[in-house]
Order: sequence, then structure tokens, then C-alpha cells
Amino acid sequence: MKKKFNLPVRQLATVGAFALFLLLGNFLMAKKIIGLYYTKVLMVAAINMILAVSLNIATGFLGQLPLGSAGFMAVGAYTSAIIMRKVTFVSPALAFPVCIIIGGLAAALCGFIIGLPALRLKGDYIAIITLGFAEIIRIVILNIDSALGITLTYGASNLKNIPKTTTFTNAFIWVFIVCYLVSALMKSRHGRAILSIRDNEIAAESCGINLTYYKTMAFIVYAFFTGIGGALYAGYLGILNPSGFSFAKSIDILVMVVLGGMGSMTGSVISAAVLTIVPEILHAFSDYRMIVYSLLLIVVMIFRPAGLMGNKEFSMDMLTGLFKKKAKGERSKK
Amino acid sequence: MKKLLAAVLAAMMLFSFAACGGGGGGKEEGTIKVGILGPHTGDLAVYGLAVRYGAEMYFNKVNEAGGVNGKKVEVVVYDDQGDSTMAVTGFTSLVDSGIVALVGEVTTGNCRAVVDEAFPINMPMVTASATATSITYDEDTKTVFTNVFRTCFIDAYQGSKMADFAFNELGAKTAAVLYLSGDDYTQGLAQAFVDKCVENGMSVVAQEAFSSGDVDFNAQLTKIMKAAPDVVFLPNYYEDDGMIVTQARKLGLTCTLLGGDGWAGIEKYASAADLEGCFYSSAYAAGSTPELKAFEEEFKATYSEDYLNSFAATAYDAAMVVVAGLEAAEKSGAEVGSDDYKKAVIDGIRTGSAGVKGLTSPSGYSFDEFNNPEKDVVIITLKDGVPTYHMNY
Amino acid sequence: MSTFSLIIKQIINGLQLGSIFALVAVGYSMVYGIIRLLNFAHCDIIMVGAYIAWFFMTNFANMPIIAVVASILGCTLLGVTIEKVAYKPLRSSPRISLLITAIGISYLLENTAQLVLGAAAKKVPGFFTAETIRIGQVTVSTASLVTIAVLAVSMVLLTLLVQKTKLGRAMRAVSEDAETAQLMGTNINGTISFTFAVGSALAGIGSVLYCCAYPQVSPTMGSMLGLKAFVAAVLGGIGSIPGAMIGGFMIGLTEVFVSAIGLSTWKDAVVFLILIIILLVKPSGILGKTVSEKV
Repeated sequence: MKKKFNLPVRQLATVGAFALFLLLGNFLMAKKIIGLYYTKVLMVAAINMILAVSLNIATGFLGQLPLGSAGFMAVGAYTSAIIMRKVTFVSPALAFPVCIIIGGLAAALCGFIIGLPALRLKGDYIAIITLGFAEIIRIVILNIDSALGITLTYGASNLKNIPKTTTFTNAFIWVFIVCYLVSALMKSRHGRAILSIRDNEIAAESCGINLTYYKTMAFIVYAFFTGIGGALYAGYLGILNPSGFSFAKSIDILVMVVLGGMGSMTGSVISAAVLTIVPEILHAFSDYRMIVYSLLLIVVMIFRPAGLMGNKEFSMDMLTGLFKKKAKGERSKK
Repeated sequence: MKKLLAAVLAAMMLFSFAACGGGGGGKEEGTIKVGILGPHTGDLAVYGLAVRYGAEMYFNKVNEAGGVNGKKVEVVVYDDQGDSTMAVTGFTSLVDSGIVALVGEVTTGNCRAVVDEAFPINMPMVTASATATSITYDEDTKTVFTNVFRTCFIDAYQGSKMADFAFNELGAKTAAVLYLSGDDYTQGLAQAFVDKCVENGMSVVAQEAFSSGDVDFNAQLTKIMKAAPDVVFLPNYYEDDGMIVTQARKLGLTCTLLGGDGWAGIEKYASAADLEGCFYSSAYAAGSTPELKAFEEEFKATYSEDYLNSFAATAYDAAMVVVAGLEAAEKSGAEVGSDDYKKAVIDGIRTGSAGVKGLTSPSGYSFDEFNNPEKDVVIITLKDGVPTYHMNY
Repeated sequence: MSTFSLIIKQIINGLQLGSIFALVAVGYSMVYGIIRLLNFAHCDIIMVGAYIAWFFMTNFANMPIIAVVASILGCTLLGVTIEKVAYKPLRSSPRISLLITAIGISYLLENTAQLVLGAAAKKVPGFFTAETIRIGQVTVSTASLVTIAVLAVSMVLLTLLVQKTKLGRAMRAVSEDAETAQLMGTNINGTISFTFAVGSALAGIGSVLYCCAYPQVSPTMGSMLGLKAFVAAVLGGIGSIPGAMIGGFMIGLTEVFVSAIGLSTWKDAVVFLILIIILLVKPSGILGKTVSEKV
């Protein structure tokens, strides 16, 4: 399909729109039109966006179902938090981006270690092995201190006093970076290879695509970005407890991806925002939140497996396309 | 299809912006807002609701009696579902709505996350259930969180009291522990118990642990049986301990079993015969005073028996402590919601709580240098499956 | 207590735990064998079965047989209903959709139970009047002996069903190659439903045994049990009934052994480590056969 706008224009427009969003957000916060509470909700939404977009790489683009997002998140969160606590001699604003990336790398390493054996196999092993991995990570974080007689993760008694360095601005800058990198990856040769594996493994393999290589690569990218989400989470909350990284957390993220549409990055972003903000508004129904989530999973799968967005992306072309259609429709009415 | 999609998107945007614009309630004249924060749905709801109802009951009483200095106490409730992220956003939401004091949070981890937010703005907080030392004192930075108080015991206190009790009252020479690992409360109690046993010259012959969600304790209990201790300390929650007691008796372990205040309600989870002669520590003995009897009756009538546990009583006390602070702040003449007002509430709690004849501390509340209450432990024993007052210790 | 009787006791502890894992693992294994689905809802079927047992035991305590029959029937019905409502419409969808639906069902059952019955655990009254039996020096709980015996009988019956009956042959045929089996005149939908029914009935038996051994039911009781049972199924060789039994016993004994040497807090980690190692070394499991990919 031919794009209506050429690349530099589109990129410039995207960056411009994003900058405008940040400025507007900060302006509204400075004017107290958006209170501290909603600022925090938006920050949580940003972190969820990163988590959902990265799970979408593995689920939507690669077609595998890892259930261990919480584990990779924990690795990223704990790694970056432990380093942040140690490097008090550097200003947090400087140390934070570095720590986030280290957190992501640590998660990526774990992704490599467990992805390689699991992804060689056909079948649903990746689901159960990542679930098991998340459980192992949780147990290690809980017990490593007492087993080795050190104070590293503080186990159940919470890792406290983590500098609260996540802000509205840097959280959304990371959302932007992650989205940009993911869309760049998916438009590249590697991205097409990953998509072809999802659509038909056997055909992809017979076209000379190295299945294990590309599967592991996509899986590592997923782990890396999930780790980054975890690091931002640590910087947001300032305190970590292993119980926060349970199976339920992984499912929350999966629901976002499924609702947004497996294979649509913008779909994940939108549904992460919706599923963070709506429960805050509909607080009276919090009893039913988990039931609604589980029904969402079932109903979406049976009646609209493509989710909200399918595998389409929300883009400028789509917007202009809409307006043109509308205009055309109005003209034809006359 | 696309049009529909666009409409949905547009609606969503509007919705979220409307939501973002809706924050920050105006201050009403003549009321004082107090927040209650905790898990009211989900796994931990039984604790969260106990705290909420216990505190609400006292605030309602105060309002019926004319309020504080003629002003009604308006309770603002936020359910964080036991999630630490939501606890922090929930606290911020309560602050945005103009509260001057908070009863909560319920669990230690979430409470500490909230303390990190509340300490910089000096928001008075009284927790009825967060028992870890780190709630009011940070060891890394040697900071006392002067704005945070609690009406429950700290973990170490109960553990060492039970060790003393086993040594002095039961004449135990050897002891064993079986505790839930990966939990601040159970680990804290177990550690304090072991330390105190060693200090008393008792020998701790077995220290076993289990993980959350475990149901089979036979392996650990078989090991403990081999060590044949005089007492076994089970500082866990009643559901787990009920199972442990049942399995221990089935295996043939006959020694005295001890527990902490997590045992309240255990009689529903193990048979009367298995529990006979066990002891546990508690903040209070149910129905032991006329005030407690009246409280229990009213709680059952207004809310539900399901949530009538010791946290309901400590939360009732927490509300009393908060009101003592509010009364002092009203006297100081500071404007409701101002920084001076919050400071006056904290000072009022520090100095004025001695007069608070709480349900679980009839002699009044006094707080030590770390804002922990100084009060007696009540030892409860089980007779024919009924928890019975044994002694104050 | 002598070291000998200590060891005997720990082995019985392990076999009891293993028997329950084995019963659950067979259910996973059968369903996985026939439609290649990791049926996440299986562990929650056990939870529902346990609640049924709890309900009847509290109300008709003197007739445990009612509770047993009701649990098994309830589980069978639930398993078949789930298959018909949620999995059947997705038979031609990508496998990932099926898996997500299974997770959705599992979550739905757990959260509904939590909403309706509360998060707190419920105590199940005892099934046996004599709680312990003495054999020589060793005191053994009745529950553990019954558990091991029931498992043995169920496994024999199940093997007979699968190997000797017409329905069993249909099950094997569908799991071998569904399309060819259909061409040969096998009723695919009926066979799949029947497999779900058998697997769920076993889950029902498992839930009753669980209540005998660990007399508490809670909404989330199934999740960890289910995961470990799945590990047992993979360890024994997925799709193989004797494999599931061996895997169950091995996981049960491992857990007890790890706890006995004082590493109880690490036992879940050890179980999942076994899974990772088995997938690295011999993904087909102990008794499983290697299947070559069909184009």
C-alpha cells in the first residue's frame, strides 16, 4: 500500500504530536487542572503501556504465549532498584536511565536462558515454562537473603527507599522510545521474519528462516522491554515486594494485549490506557473487575479474536482515511 | 467499521480527559475528612473490611454524639484491592479529596508504600494492623516516621512474649518453630521467638519453614516429631495453622502448640480435640470486658460476623486515637486541612492518647519513641474448641 | 522415633502427595493428548469439586458417599460444559486463542468462587472415623492409605478403559490423528467430550482425596496444584497415563524430600527447575514418544 505521507513528514508529525502531548500534560499538571492523583494514574498507565506493548511482541507478533511477564518485570525492577540504592553518589536523574537499561538487560538475559530451551519445542511449553520461571524468580527474591546471609532483596520485608525517579515526563518518553523501537523492528527484515513464523512455522522454515534464532530474538526483545517496564515501576513505587509480581500481574497485562488486539501495537497502548483508567473511575465495581477480565478473555477469543484493533495500527493514514471517507460520504448524500 | 472505531476512540479520549479533569474536591465547611484505605475486595478483604468497619463504627458514634468540636467527621473510603500500586494512587486520591488523617493501610508492604508518600507531607496515619517495625522506623536512614502510629503490636514483641510464656509458665526446655517463609509477620514472630528462647537458655531443636499456598506439612512435622520438643510455636495465620495442627495431631505430635494473634479464628479450622490446651497471644480476649461485649454485639448487628476479628477492635481503637488527635487540633484553632492542623493532630495523638480507653488497651494508649503502643499481651487458651481468656502477660 | 520409621513416614507422605498429583496429571495429559491444549481450567475444576465435597460434607456429614458422588458428577458436568461452551467454537482457531480461553475460564472459575464463597478457606469435616492406623512402629493416617489405594484402582480401570474398549480406541485414534480418525468414521466431537468427561471425573476423585488429606478448600487452591501436576505430566511424558502416574509420584517424593532436608521454601522452585531441565534434556518425558512434525 502506498502511504499518503512520506517518511520524514510522518516521523516529524509523530514526534511533534508527542512533544505537544508532554507539554500539554505538564502544563495541565502545573496549573493543577490534573491533580496529583490523576498524574499518578497516568504514570501507571504509561508503565502498563510499555508492559503491554512488549508482551505484544511475543504474543501478537511471534504467536507465542509467555505467562511470565511478572517475572521479567521483577527482574528489571529489582535489578534497577538495587543499583539505584547503591549509586547515591550520582544524581538520580542521571543514574536512572542507565539503571533502567541495566534492568532491561538483566531481564533480557533471563529471557535468553529460558527462551532458548523452551522455544526449540513445538507446543505450549513456553506458557508453562515462563509461568514456572516467574514463580522461581519470586521464590529466589523471597529467600535469597536468608539463604546466603546477605541483604540484597530484603525478601518479604520489602526493598525500601528506592529513589522515586519515575515522572510523568520520563515515563512517557520511555513509552515513546519503546513504541518507536518496536515499530522499527517490526518494519525491518527481522520483523517480517518474526511475523512469518507466527503465520506458518513450517512455511517460514522452508523459506530458510531460522526458527529458533528469530523466536529467541523476539522473546529477548519482549523480556528486555518488560524489564524496562519493571524498572520504571520500581522508580514509581519506591518500594518492592515479591508478592506484587504474581501470576495475576501477568494476566492483567495479557488482558490488555488481548483486548487491544494481538498484533497491534497501538491497540495495546490504547487498551493499557483504558484498562488502567476505567477501573479507577468505576471503583464501585472493583469486586467484579477480575470476573470482567476473565470474561473479556473468553468473549474476545470466541467472538472477536482480533481484539479491538485487529492487527491494524492507529496511524495518520487511518485518520485521514476516515475523514476522506466521511467527506466522500457526505458528498454522495448530496 | 472504521467509523465505529473512530467513534469508540474519540469517546475513550473524552472519557479519560473528563476523568482527569474531575480530580480535587472542594472543601466543605463544617466537616473533617478522614480517609480509610485498605483492601476491601480480593484475597485480603477479610482484614481490610474488618479495619474499615471497625473504624467506621467509631466515627459514626462520634458523629451521633455531635462530632468533633461540632464538626462532623466525614469518612472517605478507598479500596486498593491489596495492590501496592493502587494503595499509592489511592492515598493520593484521598489526599486530593482533602483528608486530614488516615486509618490504614492494612498490610505491612502496602502500608510502608503509603508511609513513603505520607511522611513528606506529614499526613497523620494510624494503622490498626501493620505490624512490622519498618512501618514507623526506617533502619537504613535511622528515621522515625513521626506521623505514623499504630494500635497493634509489633511482630518482635509478640514473639518474645510467647517465648517468655513458654519458659516461665509452661516450663518448656526445648522448642521448635514452623513458620511461613516469605512473610514479614510470620518471619518476624518466629525470629523474635527463637532469639528470646536462646536468651532464656532454652534450646531450639527445629526451625522449619513452608511457603505460601502449601497444604502438606507432613515432611516438616515428621522432622519436628523426631526432635521431640516441649512446645512448637506456629506464628502463622489461622487457616495454615489450623491445617498444621490437624496434620500434627494425625501424625501423633502431642506436645503443646503455641501461636500468635494470627490464630484468632483457628477454632473453625481444626477440631476441638486437636486444639485442646494450645495457647496463643492476642490483643484482647473476646467478650472479656463490657465494652468489648457491646462492641461485638453491635458489630455483628451492623456488619457481619465474618469480619469480626481482632483487627476490627484495633481499628476501632485506631479511630479513637485519630479522634483524640482531631480534638486537640480543633482546640489549637488551626484551619482544617492546613499543615498546622496536621501537625496539631499528630501532637494530639502523641500527648492525648493516654486518655483513650481503647477496646484492646483499657488503660489508655501510650506510644514509645518509635510510635509503637505499649500494652499487655493477652494469652488465650483453647478449651473444648472455645478460645478462653488465660492471663495477661 | 527411629530413623527407619522416619524414612518410611516421609515416603508415605511423598506417595500420598504424589497420588493426588498423579490423578490431576492424568487429566492434563489426556486433554493435551487429544486436542493439544494445556487445559488451565483443569485445576479449577478440582477446586469446584472440592467445594462440592465441602458443601455436602458440612450438610450431610454422616454420609460421605453423597459428597463423593456429587463431586465426581459435578466435575464431569463442569468439564464437559466448559469444553462445549468455550473450547468447541475454537476448534479451528490458532492454538494461542484456545490457550487464552482456557486461562480465561480458569480465572473466571477462581474469581467467581471468590466472589460467591469468599476468599477465606473453608474447613471440610473429616471423612473417616478412625483417623490413624498403626502398622508396626509407624502411625499412618487413614487418608494417606486410602489416597494411594484409590489412585491405584483408578489407574487400573483407566488403563482398561483406554486399551480395551471401543471408546478408548476412539480416544487413541483421535489423539494420533484427528482428521484420519474422522475419515474412518470416528465421532470426533463425541470422543473429545468423552475425554473431557473422563479427565474431569478423575479430577473429581482427586478433589475428594485432596479434601481427605488436606481438609481445607479455598478459591485458589487449584492453581499451584495444577501447575505441579502439569509438570508431573510433562515429566512422565505427556499423553501417557502410566507416565502421568510415575511423574506424579516423582514430583510428590521430590517435594517431600526437599522439605525433609530443610529446604522447604525452595521446593516450588525445585519442581519448576525439574520442568526446565526435562524440557532441555528429554522434552518427550520419561515414557513419552517423540512425535515428528506433520506438514
